[in-house]
Amino acid sequence: MTMNTVKFEKLPDRLPPVNTVGWVAWIKQNLFGSVSNTIITLLFFYLIFLYIPPFLEWAVFNANISGNDRTICDENRSGACWTFVKVRIEQLLFGLYFAKNPDQMWRPIMAFIIFAGLLTPLAIDRTPYKKWLLLILLVAYPIFFISTVGGGVFGIPKSDASEWGGLLLTFALAFVGIVLALPLGILLALGRRSKMPVVRSFSIIYIEFWRGTPLITILFMASVMLPLFFPSGVEFDKVVRAMIGITLFQSAYTAEAVRGGLQAIDKGQTEASMALGMGYWQQTIFIILPQALRISIPSIVNTFIALFKDTSLVSIIGLLDLLKIAQNSSRSLDWNGYDIEAYMFAGLVFWIFCFGMSIYSQKLERKLDTDRNVE
Amino acid sequence: MTKSDSIIKISKLNKWYGKFHALKDIDLSVGRTEKIVICGPSGSGKSTLIRCINRLEVHQEGSIQVDGIELTDDIKQITEIRSDVGMVFQHFNLFPHLTVLENCSLAPIWVRKKSKVEAEEMAMQLLEKVRIPDQADKYPGQLSGGQQQRVAIARALCMQPRIMLFDEPTSALDPEMIKEVLETMIELADSGMTMIVVTHEMGFANRVADRIIFMDEGQIVEQNDPESFFKNPESDRTKLFLSQILDH
Ligand SMILES: Nc1ncnc2c1ncn2[C@@H]1O[C@H](COP(=O)(O)OP(=O)(O)O)[C@@H](O)[C@H]1O
Ligand SMILES: [Mg+2]
Repeated sequence: MTMNTVKFEKLPDRLPPVNTVGWVAWIKQNLFGSVSNTIITLLFFYLIFLYIPPFLEWAVFNANISGNDRTICDENRSGACWTFVKVRIEQLLFGLYFAKNPDQMWRPIMAFIIFAGLLTPLAIDRTPYKKWLLLILLVAYPIFFISTVGGGVFGIPKSDASEWGGLLLTFALAFVGIVLALPLGILLALGRRSKMPVVRSFSIIYIEFWRGTPLITILFMASVMLPLFFPSGVEFDKVVRAMIGITLFQSAYTAEAVRGGLQAIDKGQTEASMALGMGYWQQTIFIILPQALRISIPSIVNTFIALFKDTSLVSIIGLLDLLKIAQNSSRSLDWNGYDIEAYMFAGLVFWIFCFGMSIYSQKLERKLDTDRNVE
Repeated sequence: MTKSDSIIKISKLNKWYGKFHALKDIDLSVGRTEKIVICGPSGSGKSTLIRCINRLEVHQEGSIQVDGIELTDDIKQITEIRSDVGMVFQHFNLFPHLTVLENCSLAPIWVRKKSKVEAEEMAMQLLEKVRIPDQADKYPGQLSGGQQQRVAIARALCMQPRIMLFDEPTSALDPEMIKEVLETMIELADSGMTMIVVTHEMGFANRVADRIIFMDEGQIVEQNDPESFFKNPESDRTKLFLSQILDH
């Protein structure tokens, strides 16, 4: 019997039908696809129309920004008073000490610029030596920050941390909390999965204790109780106390985020590294943590965002963070009555930082997704 | 083969998972350069047995000696045995965040304390042996299953083990990739490596094994050289099993 082979013929590729691509089709499908969809779309546009123009009128078109005192604003109350923010910007951003000593203002400004200079390349995919850059940011930068902003070294006049304020303080609190909580949180997350009962119990109790206590309580405790644990004579700056409280609190949240990543790692990874003779720390450092941290970065960043906003609670122990200093300014005699502007400005600054972090974490999430598709 | 020649000695080994008796009175010695194939139905304790040999599982009774070292809780001894015993897993278990070359050189550098250059040189040699030197800078996720398993074999060999354990190395592979992995394993067998292979690839068993062991219910039911094993299985369990896997 002879076999007849039929030759395989490939059909040509065609483009998709025109009415399913392009922006017209997109709008039709997504905004007016069904009756309920159309109603929601129209309602939404109506609300935008109702609220956005008056707001813009107040915040932009009728707003005041010229002058150096409240007279202009008082004459034109139909617009926002950005003059207030303009005049008080140094206080709002850098706190009372640097506002009082304008010749020292370069210190926080330089600290912020260098921070941005280190952070920006980290957010760009193709940057080489990212690990080293990150290390500089986490280890060298805090030292640099303390010595320039804090002063007292290299002939730079000392600025007491208790006189820091505004965005500078908010930033310092959040940054210290984030940087110190990361290693602590990693250790706690590892501890929670340890085979040693003592280590495991300690980690669980620690994490659950700090997670179950409101930050506000912790800040009170840090400011009132911390001195009790140390011999008298050891004086703690209020800011340092807040930093300790925030770090302890934040490390519990970081630990839980890291634990999520650890749990996602296949057991086979540990087994393979054990079979190669690697010890616990070798497995952890080379195999488990690099994978777990990558997975948990988005949730770690989420805890950063939450912390950044929570730092405003330090006002209850008398620190003048961005929000508090904005509020105080709007209650001063000079600017009494302009609290909306104060809150809007503080809110905007918080939002810029948090939105930046959010964008970054979304980018990472997408990148992780595409990476995983390769695997 | 005399007893003193054996590189693995297992006697009266018993292992429980909780209350479940997974291995019962296992006695087994493996000679140097001997190739053993273990087969048996799913859940019969094959993986558990070979995982006890490098202490991925802890046994409760009996003794296991590998190259003269008794397996105890002593971490140093465990590490020593583990770096002498290579293992290849069903699901490869490559490190996805490291390149192929890094997968192969990591343990030699940190466990065997080799220099980076030396470790990478050897990794390249072994990658050539498993015929994928051109993939050295790729990540595992970019390779086919067959290639990944060959990297896993190279990774284990980079530790210069005296014994290689394989736990169903081809069961997670697409049919067209099974052959390339088996070929690599046959070459390894021909080079004189001591091997214990859990597999249902009976062609491979026939070609390579000095001894085939059939396990069921946590026991060694019978063991024999391939010819006798396939032609004259002694136990009814073995016969049933063989009829099931050879039929299709
Ligand atoms: N970690 C474990 N915990 C509890 N039971 C297990 C565990 N691993 C294996 N078992 C049980 O032990 C038995 C033997 O398992 P295994 O050695 O994996 O069998 P095989 O490899 O022959 O399929 C099975 O019944 C399995 O369910
Ligand atoms: Mg198995």
